Amino acid sequence: MAGSSIMENLFQRTLEDLIKGMRLQLIGESTFISKATEEIRREIKSTDHHTKSTALLKLCYLSAVHGVDMSWACFHVVEVMSSSRFAQKRIGYHAASQSFHDDTPVLLLITNQLRKDLSSANHFEVSLALECLSRIATPDLARDLTPELFNLLSTARVFVRKKAIAVVLRLFDKYPDAVRVCFKRLVENLESSDPQVVTAVIGVFCELAAKDPRSYLPLAPEFYRILVDSKNNWILIKVLKVFAKLAPLEPRLGKRIVEPVCEHMRRSGAKSLVFECVRTVLTSLSGYESAVKLAVEKVRELVDDQDPNLRYLALHVLSVAVPEHLWAVLENKEAVIKSLSDEDSNIKIESLRLLMAMVSESHLADISRVLLNYALKSDPEFCNEILGSILTTCGRNVYEIVDDFDWYVSLLGEMATIPNCQKGEEIETQLVDIGMRVRDARMQLVQVGRDLLIDPALLGNVHLHRILCAAAWVAGEYVEVASNPFELMDALLQPRTSLLPPSIRAVYINAAFKILIFCLDCYLLQNEGTASLDSGNLAGGQSELFSVKNDTEAAELATCEGSKYEQDAGFNPRNTTESFDDLSAENGIERVATHDQTITPTFVEKKNFMHESIVNLLNRIELIFGPLIANQDVDVLERAQNMLSLVLLIKGENDNSFQDVDKKDTRVSAIIKLMRDAFTMELGPVSTSAQGRVAVPDGLVLKENLGDLHAICGDIELPSSSSFSTAGPHLTATSDASSSNPLINEESGALNESTSLIEHRKRHGLYYLPSEKSEIVTDEYPPANDPKSNSNINDEASELVKLTEQSLLLKKRTNQTKPRPVVVKLDDGDVAPISVQRPEPRGDSLSGAIKDVLLGSETGPSMSQSNPYDKSSRKQKEKKKLGTNVQSEMKENVVDAEKPDSENPNSSGKNHGHTRERRHRGKEKIVEGEEHDQRGKKKSGHRHSRRKTHQRAKSPLNVVSQTPEIPDFLL
Amino acid sequence: MGIRFVLMVNKQGQTRLAQYYEYLTLEERRALEGEIVRKCLARNEHKCSFVEHRNYKIVYRRYASLFFLVGVDDGENELAILEFIHLLVETMDRHFGNVCELDIMFHLEKVHFMLEEMVVNGCIVETSKANILTPVQLLDKTS
Repeated sequence: MAGSSIMENLFQRTLEDLIKGMRLQLIGESTFISKATEEIRREIKSTDHHTKSTALLKLCYLSAVHGVDMSWACFHVVEVMSSSRFAQKRIGYHAASQSFHDDTPVLLLITNQLRKDLSSANHFEVSLALECLSRIATPDLARDLTPELFNLLSTARVFVRKKAIAVVLRLFDKYPDAVRVCFKRLVENLESSDPQVVTAVIGVFCELAAKDPRSYLPLAPEFYRILVDSKNNWILIKVLKVFAKLAPLEPRLGKRIVEPVCEHMRRSGAKSLVFECVRTVLTSLSGYESAVKLAVEKVRELVDDQDPNLRYLALHVLSVAVPEHLWAVLENKEAVIKSLSDEDSNIKIESLRLLMAMVSESHLADISRVLLNYALKSDPEFCNEILGSILTTCGRNVYEIVDDFDWYVSLLGEMATIPNCQKGEEIETQLVDIGMRVRDARMQLVQVGRDLLIDPALLGNVHLHRILCAAAWVAGEYVEVASNPFELMDALLQPRTSLLPPSIRAVYINAAFKILIFCLDCYLLQNEGTASLDSGNLAGGQSELFSVKNDTEAAELATCEGSKYEQDAGFNPRNTTESFDDLSAENGIERVATHDQTITPTFVEKKNFMHESIVNLLNRIELIFGPLIANQDVDVLERAQNMLSLVLLIKGENDNSFQDVDKKDTRVSAIIKLMRDAFTMELGPVSTSAQGRVAVPDGLVLKENLGDLHAICGDIELPSSSSFSTAGPHLTATSDASSSNPLINEESGALNESTSLIEHRKRHGLYYLPSEKSEIVTDEYPPANDPKSNSNINDEASELVKLTEQSLLLKKRTNQTKPRPVVVKLDDGDVAPISVQRPEPRGDSLSGAIKDVLLGSETGPSMSQSNPYDKSSRKQKEKKKLGTNVQSEMKENVVDAEKPDSENPNSSGKNHGHTRERRHRGKEKIVEGEEHDQRGKKKSGHRHSRRKTHQRAKSPLNVVSQTPEIPDFLL
Repeated sequence: MGIRFVLMVNKQGQTRLAQYYEYLTLEERRALEGEIVRKCLARNEHKCSFVEHRNYKIVYRRYASLFFLVGVDDGENELAILEFIHLLVETMDRHFGNVCELDIMFHLEKVHFMLEEMVVNGCIVETSKANILTPVQLLDKTS
């Protein structure tokens, strides 16, 4: 056995061999690693400690650098940890801290080993155990080893004391009751003269205060002393962080520290410290004008620095100042805007955030315009950052800062046509949302929707599908304000819609359905009184139709404003289809005449739903939707089927109309009216809490466990959550838009696209609506909104500077041309208002325990190991030891902190005796005693130690009295 | 916890040292390292040394072929962390003399030892080069 271990030892590869082997290996890294791991598995079982520890060392290396699993070796780790040789023990401890975690089974086995090493005379061993404990401590380990750590907190060996202090943080986290034992000593370390100890302890308090600052207010005097006295930048930075947390809680504290902080800011040559001072002032001392001015001055130095790090930090810290000191940002606006074209995307994003923070109602439009131009020229990532921040800024609190919705809706449309736009989902949501909330914006919305729908180039862009979906929905829902429903219909029926994913196609079909109903309805209303639907007397009928005043529709639409001159003129020839060219020309002339007369022409007034156009529309729908009956998607198929059925029904009626006009006509109108009524009910935004207000119907079991269902239909893909919520029966299609895969569709679409398109054009000739686009004959659509190369980015920058300069005045636009339209808002939170929410102070056990210790409250978790008597005496002892920093008295402390405490040293002793006498008389008395004690409070270590020994003598019972091997408490 | 992890990665993206101050599984570590390395190594020296990633802030610095990446909480002072990195490099340089990637590869446990002296439980506890190196040198002498 001995022989074999020597042989193992001799022929074992060391870590260095392993690393060298790895560099020279020819068999491939993974093979090499698995071979080496096999070797280690063999070696680690050796009885020879050296072989075992070397094997473990190699395993650690492989695990850390190459990600090899080492959890299987945990028992060997424990063995190596217990080695008597330091070098081997070190390997064991390192392996433990690297691989152990809360669920490692062998953790229970190492408690004693850790205890032994923590109490070792060799401080390197203690340090190993501490290091390990800081990484793997569980509640159990923390509880069992608290006494050892307590001892180490006041050891004379600074080398281990500073580490013990750092470990206490984890101890408190895992075992809050340890606070009662250790907190006092931790606080004592604040007064240490050793900078290493102070570095460690202030680091711990910085972390503790970040979680629950209020509990540490009583310690402010100690922190203040460090702030004033310390010369070490590491310590100063940490103590500034502590004050940044404490100052907002206690106004008088801010007054106290503002001067020393400014002093550091002026004096220090270390950028890190200056920056920390700036950050502290801007976050926590923003009420002190002179300090803020100084801080902003420093920021200005940083923001123009050569070093990108400083520029980034300066911008970052400026964003902190925005809510209270917008002027600070405005003063630096040129640098901010310059950063918008910085090389570093992180800096660009920071400056964008700042810029959006500067935006006010009056200059939203101008700044958005410039930013949009930036977006056109930026790389895709930053472009989308810009778009995203415009969208969130404008959409905040239900479009709070948007005054002009016509402008905003057009802006959304413009964003959609930016080539790199990937914000489809957000734009979609806002388009639909505005449609539902802002009645006055609907006309513009439909117009924007039309422009998007009509452009065949957009259909090929996957990212835009969601926007098109919203546009289609808007077009269908608010068709009554459309300038030309036929044109919308053409857009919805164009052949490239085959590129859309089925769910969005379904929305298209539904929108087309609504438009068709609208057209038919209008047609029928126009023809009221003229019983004939005969196509033979079309000419006569037409002139008749022109004169028909459609009372209801006109009244309904009279409210809608907007001049559609150019648009209408441009589309004149397309109103009716080709075969009726002559008619439409005639038609157009008359319409132009109408334009001249009326200032606000609406579609129904000026255009007429002629029999021909309706018949043509029906034919077209039949032709296009015919093939869709065979579509694989259920949604598309069903909707197409509905549409076709309706068309066939109406056509059937029409055919028969020659014979039996009256009867049939009424039947058709009845159907159309019914449909129309179904669609006219307006949709509104839905409150997030709406679902809760619906009473659960009887017999509906909601709490049934549906776990079994998963086994049956586990492979069925659930539809993703809806992107916008709307009420109404015909909206389901929009909600599952994301569940389909647009890529597949596009692929298949691309194959037959060209042939079908050409064929389609042949058949329908002028299918594509805008006459100005007729020159596009190739299948290659130019990308929408080509970035203009001639505009100069510097011009943009200067323009932006000018704009923000105007917004500096921060005055509202006085010459507003029209009032802000009504935006529907639900009172009970349809959207959660975006506001900065302060985190609730955590009522967890840690802060509870700290409060107990610092403030002497009697309600806290009990020590698990002590009996009731122990507990109470222990608690009281802690209170006394701390000098009872009652929160209210702290303020006085802050003020007095600098004054040397000139009270008679004897008084503390007297006081103490006083309180001790009263200790068991009841709570009120104790509090009173504490107040006495407070007056005698002094910061000399001498007095502390005196009192400490005194305390110990008087309270022989303590927490760990059940573990007799720790005598330290009694000393 | 201020410092959450310290990574040393060469410019090929291979991890040379990984020290975590919170427990992550091997898969989580590998994923995290991959993402961070991709993000940071793509940046050039004209860009700032701070990258936000998940809930971390990464402060990194490049020395020759080696990147030093430190993951910190959001509240940490970035410039102080840069100084910390520089201190670490200077300390290694003093010990190894003209420290290079190979020194770190072959003496990984020593570098770990130095780091353990400097950082305990995510808190910086030691900033003096001499103090950091004392135990390392002692260990060298005894073995």
